[in-house]
Amino acid sequence: MDDLSPLSISRRGVLIGTVAATAIGAGPWAETKATSRRAQPTLMKVRLTVNGERRDLELDTRTTLLDALREHLRLTGTKKGCDHGQCGACTVIVDGRRINSCLTLAVMHEGAGITTIEGLGTPDRLHPMQAAFVKHDGYQCGYCTPGQICSAVAVLDEISTGIPSHVTPDLSMPPQPTNAEMRERMSGNICRCGAYSNIAEAMAEVAGAGA
Amino acid sequence: MKPFTYERVSTPAEAAAAVVRTPDARFIAGGTNLLDLMKLQIETPAHLVDVNGLALDRIEDTPDGGVRVGALVRNTDLAAHPRIRRDYGVLSRALVAGASGQLRNKATTAGNLLQRTRCPYFYDTNQPCNKRRPGSGCGAIGGFSRPLAVIGGSGACIATHPSDMAVAMRLLDATVETVDAAGRRRAIPIADFHRLPGTTPHIETALAPGELITAVTLPRPIGGAHIYRKVRDRASYAFALVSVAAVIQRDGSGHVALGGVAPRPWRIEAAEAALPRGAAPVAARLMEGAAPTADNRFKLPLVERTLAAVIAQARAA
Repeated sequence: MDDLSPLSISRRGVLIGTVAATAIGAGPWAETKATSRRAQPTLMKVRLTVNGERRDLELDTRTTLLDALREHLRLTGTKKGCDHGQCGACTVIVDGRRINSCLTLAVMHEGAGITTIEGLGTPDRLHPMQAAFVKHDGYQCGYCTPGQICSAVAVLDEISTGIPSHVTPDLSMPPQPTNAEMRERMSGNICRCGAYSNIAEAMAEVAGAGA
Repeated sequence: MKPFTYERVSTPAEAAAAVVRTPDARFIAGGTNLLDLMKLQIETPAHLVDVNGLALDRIEDTPDGGVRVGALVRNTDLAAHPRIRRDYGVLSRALVAGASGQLRNKATTAGNLLQRTRCPYFYDTNQPCNKRRPGSGCGAIGGFSRPLAVIGGSGACIATHPSDMAVAMRLLDATVETVDAAGRRRAIPIADFHRLPGTTPHIETALAPGELITAVTLPRPIGGAHIYRKVRDRASYAFALVSVAAVIQRDGSGHVALGGVAPRPWRIEAAEAALPRGAAPVAARLMEGAAPTADNRFKLPLVERTLAAVIAQARAA
């Protein structure tokens, strides 16, 4: 990055100095074993298959799947919005199911298969849902879009496999890809630009083509 | 998040033993609630025992005609299971009324029962909260209490239990099965599972330290119209202000339980005898002894009106 910048070097020097001083200062104090163990981050190995490619990582146990994807694998298509499972910007597909990647630890997914927006399609070969979002203008700023698209792809799969939703009229009948179903099922993906109606149209087109 | 160590286990007894052995250890399954709380340092475990590898993800018929739901069955899978949709529709309906699709794909049956309150004072570590920091006081009493409990609370806590699923489980007379570190098994009726706050709001369930939920069983189906009606500030992905779970028979008799009004799923069996006479006497009995605040007094008429809507829906079915 900008390692040659004098400012960056001097800031790093200050930081290293601070850490060293803290370590020396802490040494003479008889800390309890529990306290010192708690202060130490724990590293663990984990193997993921991301967009069809095997990836071996060694991570702080605290690393969320979202941070593993963005900060360690540099797959920055998946976005961090609220980091609390409320906005859906971090939605990825794990072993066929959409989840909030911010609310799960990477180490909990040993051996899992993960699909991110980068794995759905490329600029030259768009996934049908990506193409439909472009065609129907299913976004403005685009920040929530990778999560919206991963969620939308999984929603159509959930409808076709018969998973009911809050608006499914009859639990004994398979759900249909109606506008009401799309809107209910997409409620975990927030779009502050308010592109919802166009997102529902994009999804309807893909659902119609698949039917 | 505070640093923590992490291990995976392969049997329920091993999981329970690992939590008992390690100070400040917690089970983690779906993690959707625990990790949220860990990021805010409301929960600060030093060790996580990942139970996702346990073979507790099946839904099976029981010999008495009921169904046994493994602790790790995801909310999506429970709601979608053909047997649950056919015989326990109120449970399917409650599940899909809760959270978002992404969260339901991760959240487990046991974790849903154990989720913590969404009281804003529990979530704000700058505020007093007897549940988060015993003895620190309750910011909600005299504070912003609109979403909070109108009944079952105490002078120490008026938090609500946030689950929809648990309300349907309470209605259906579910039983919570557990195992402890010594391998001892227990079956806890759901009526006894969630505790009222009293003077110890930080103790929320009947579970002993390290005791692991292995399954939830439902007794044989009771027929009737299955309805879960949830009133909330948004049409989707919001916690209940009031919810009603009901199974109503053709003759007008039935069972009801409430969500969003109390520290646990709220059911008074004695109130149900009045169901054929309509919503008012049932609501009056359910809310007997209610102690609402000025902010959440609206929940009392809302309970009666939601119940009336449910009874009307059952008659039309």
